[in-house]
Amino acid sequence: MDIETIVNFSLLTMLALTVIVLIRMKSLLAIALSSGVYSFLSAGLFVVMDAVDVAFTEAAVGAGITTVLLLGTIAITGREQTVSKHKRFLPIAVITITGAALIYGTLDMPLYGDANAPIHTHVAPHYLTQSSEEIGIPNVVTSVLASYRGYDTLGEVAVIFTAAVGVLLLLGKTAKRSGRKP
Amino acid sequence: MNLRSSLILREVCRLVIPAVMLFGLYVQFHGEYGPGGGFQAGVIFAAAVILYALVYGRQKAQRILPTETVRYFTAAGVLLYAGVGVATMLLGGNFLDYDVLLQGHQQAQHLGIFLIELGVGITVGAVMIAIFYTLDEFCE
Repeated sequence: MDIETIVNFSLLTMLALTVIVLIRMKSLLAIALSSGVYSFLSAGLFVVMDAVDVAFTEAAVGAGITTVLLLGTIAITGREQTVSKHKRFLPIAVITITGAALIYGTLDMPLYGDANAPIHTHVAPHYLTQSSEEIGIPNVVTSVLASYRGYDTLGEVAVIFTAAVGVLLLLGKTAKRSGRKP
Repeated sequence: MNLRSSLILREVCRLVIPAVMLFGLYVQFHGEYGPGGGFQAGVIFAAAVILYALVYGRQKAQRILPTETVRYFTAAGVLLYAGVGVATMLLGGNFLDYDVLLQGHQQAQHLGIFLIELGVGITVGAVMIAIFYTLDEFCE
């Protein structure tokens, strides 16, 4: 077994264990912290896949900020999960059918790392070979994000801005304005 | 969410927070050469501010970065990003076509990417801080 297989195997095992622990826990505080652990493990997996930019984001957003925001939300709502009184049959059926459909869908996907997969034969070769000439910066991810797909990134920033507007509208107190009476 | 922090926590954070902020700026302005960019830099910078607010209290953080300033910054980043697009249109190019910004093709791309990454960083950082402030104020 080479080192990458061992790292992949242990990371995925820990990921699966984290999920099992997450499902079985009742304390929302512990669940919020464990989902941070889950994010950190996935960040490790992204590093193994050479997607350092994504790993970076996952570690900072998923493990860092999201955990703090979840803890803040728990402080508002309550620490314990309310026990559902509904029957469990319907949720289990829905989850089984959806899971089966998703697994069926993966059968058509190309194998992981397959060089002939559509994603590797469409625009990716162009970006990888031409971007240092066309854009002139070494990080291809930044070239794609900021130049080739600049319009999409503007949309992403707008989404983040909208999220803040939503939170402020729902929970925010209006800032005090001096010199003006209501 | 005031942790009533211990002496050790306060002193360690005094050392860590400047380093985290510096690292955020490095990720912001070095994103063209190494991993990172506006999204990551904004989050790292916001994490430093949030850590400060958690350890020393939100009121202290708000003395340096008031809520209203943060709210202006959330919009300023998007406006900077979209403004670059509008500027390129006014200069006769397509929306976000950086080539019209400067004479040389690669220099123009550099400038365009630098500006929009800055916009992304400002918005992402400010949004994270704004959401944290709002949640924390609501808790009281």
